Amino acid sequence: MRLADLIRFAGSRLVRLGLLLMAVSVFTFVLISLSPISPVNAYVGADIMQIGPEQRQLIAERWGLDQPMIVRFWQWLRQFVQGNWGTSLIFNQPVLSVIGQRFQASLQMLAIAWLLSGLLGLGLGIFAGAYEGSWLDRGIRLYAYVLASAPTFWVALLLLIVFAVSLRIAPICCAAPPGTLAANVTLGQRLHHLLLPAITLSIIGIASIALHTRQKLIEVLHSDYVLFAKAQGESLAGIIRHHGLRNILLPAITLQFASLSELFGGAVLVEQVYAYPGLGEATVQAALRSDVPLLVGIVFFSALFVYTGNTLADFAYQVIDPRIRIGGER
Amino acid sequence: MLSIRQLGVSFTQYDQGLNQRQLTVITDLDLEVQAGEVVAVVGASGSGKSLLAHAVLGILPDNAQVTGSLRFKGQPLTPARCAQLRGQDIALIPQSVGYLDPLMKVGPQVRRVAQLGGLSKAAAQTAVGRTFNRYDLLPSTQGRYPFQISGGMARRVLVATAVVSQADLVIADEPTPGLHPEIATETLTHLRELADEGRGVMVITHDIEAALQIADRVAVFYAGTTVEIAAAADFPERLRHPYTQALWRSLPQNDFIPVPGHQPSPDQLPTGCLFSDRCPWFTPDCAAERPALRSVRGGLVRCIHAD
Repeated sequence: MRLADLIRFAGSRLVRLGLLLMAVSVFTFVLISLSPISPVNAYVGADIMQIGPEQRQLIAERWGLDQPMIVRFWQWLRQFVQGNWGTSLIFNQPVLSVIGQRFQASLQMLAIAWLLSGLLGLGLGIFAGAYEGSWLDRGIRLYAYVLASAPTFWVALLLLIVFAVSLRIAPICCAAPPGTLAANVTLGQRLHHLLLPAITLSIIGIASIALHTRQKLIEVLHSDYVLFAKAQGESLAGIIRHHGLRNILLPAITLQFASLSELFGGAVLVEQVYAYPGLGEATVQAALRSDVPLLVGIVFFSALFVYTGNTLADFAYQVIDPRIRIGGER
Repeated sequence: MLSIRQLGVSFTQYDQGLNQRQLTVITDLDLEVQAGEVVAVVGASGSGKSLLAHAVLGILPDNAQVTGSLRFKGQPLTPARCAQLRGQDIALIPQSVGYLDPLMKVGPQVRRVAQLGGLSKAAAQTAVGRTFNRYDLLPSTQGRYPFQISGGMARRVLVATAVVSQADLVIADEPTPGLHPEIATETLTHLRELADEGRGVMVITHDIEAALQIADRVAVFYAGTTVEIAAAADFPERLRHPYTQALWRSLPQNDFIPVPGHQPSPDQLPTGCLFSDRCPWFTPDCAAERPALRSVRGGLVRCIHAD
């Protein structure tokens, strides 16, 4: 791909991102404004019983809550664009730093789950596709269908019961042993707490990747070029190595990046079950305890995250597929 | 080199639930290919030409059953021997560039064919370079993807795959359709050269004109069977079978008279001669049983009336 194409690609993506974030901001603001959460109540918290209606009126006027919605929206947007995302009421910290910390914790889990589900899904999909119709294929498909239709939180609870309660080989909750100072947590302990949530998350991601890979490989194996490869004396293993992998890799990579959104959604549920202090758990907390600034911040951040994943998928396609990379140049 | 006797190919199909039925697509097919000759296999689409190629290579789908005898260099072609021979002694030249892996460069693809033919990686690379040179393909062609090469180049690359495999028997499946006449002639010349170098070449085509340019003998297929095997010199006056004659007359440059009726579908084959319902020579004897292939005037014909 030439530099000009690259710039055009990046430019068009940035414009789309801008439009997307604009739409997200409008929807978020309108929905929050219409929600029964009173900003004054939420800000004052438990002390609300001690202030009278006049004082509440004063606070509302001071904040401009008596202005029309469109005026308030622009005021809010100006602050937001300047990086003032407000202060989280639950954590009593700037929203951006809360998201930063929480995302770091989630990121390790997401990365492990993403890699595991990608590799295992690809492997299982290849086996199922290569031996289409065999017992191996049926077994893998059964596994994939069961997992694809099982609710995430239920799978998480099952694994928790088996590995943490019965077998006692995994911790029951959290990102570190309770009562340990953050500075004293060892890498081993952190990994130990990370593993079960990550595996739960990846188990769910495997199903769709395996089924898609299987379907694509079967398509490839019925293609004319594989028939020709057979006529050349290529074995099944040779066909998969020289032609199969090459041709299923593109859709697999696209799927892998696109699965980031599912993974992110799954993380909310999984972190809740394991009480893992990541971004997903913070989302649930923010929603349950009316922490509007944090909730809005997370909505924006997740939109950005998912969009980045999808853009990377598109970009990978352009870089890897010679028909697009070279074909576009002519 | 290749000798086919009474080949039959049928498929097991499921129709309406679990009812199995046998669909016979090739019946009593006979063919002989010698070293150094080009045998053209001619027939309308649906006459079982491509399936014949797949049967010889042992790459029919799993639900196919093969009967009769297939012999290569005197030994029967069992599935195990097929697997061993294909790519080494028997090579296929496919119809179009669509049979090349779209995501693999042309050079490595042809080199892979050479390696499967038994060459080491270095020897394979040398063979590819030599063969590309022989067919006027620039060395830079090796670095191109199939979508980047022209139709004529694609034909030469596909012929090159057969050359680098060092196979003794080459089966070309529909080598000419959709090609510019010049390129078609060039491709046919390449096939003739392969035979002149001592290989056996089987050209599967529905284009009699193209076939006659290079073939020593022509086998005419109808509804999955051989109706006539004639020397190329027998065209057009000395043809034996009424279908071959009708096929010749149907060509635009000849009388352009279409053969009336349709080729029978595999699940409704007549009990007698397969061509009986369209034949001008039809007599009640024709419907009694399938005529055997018999020798008439130096050729073979499957008709009781031919003389």
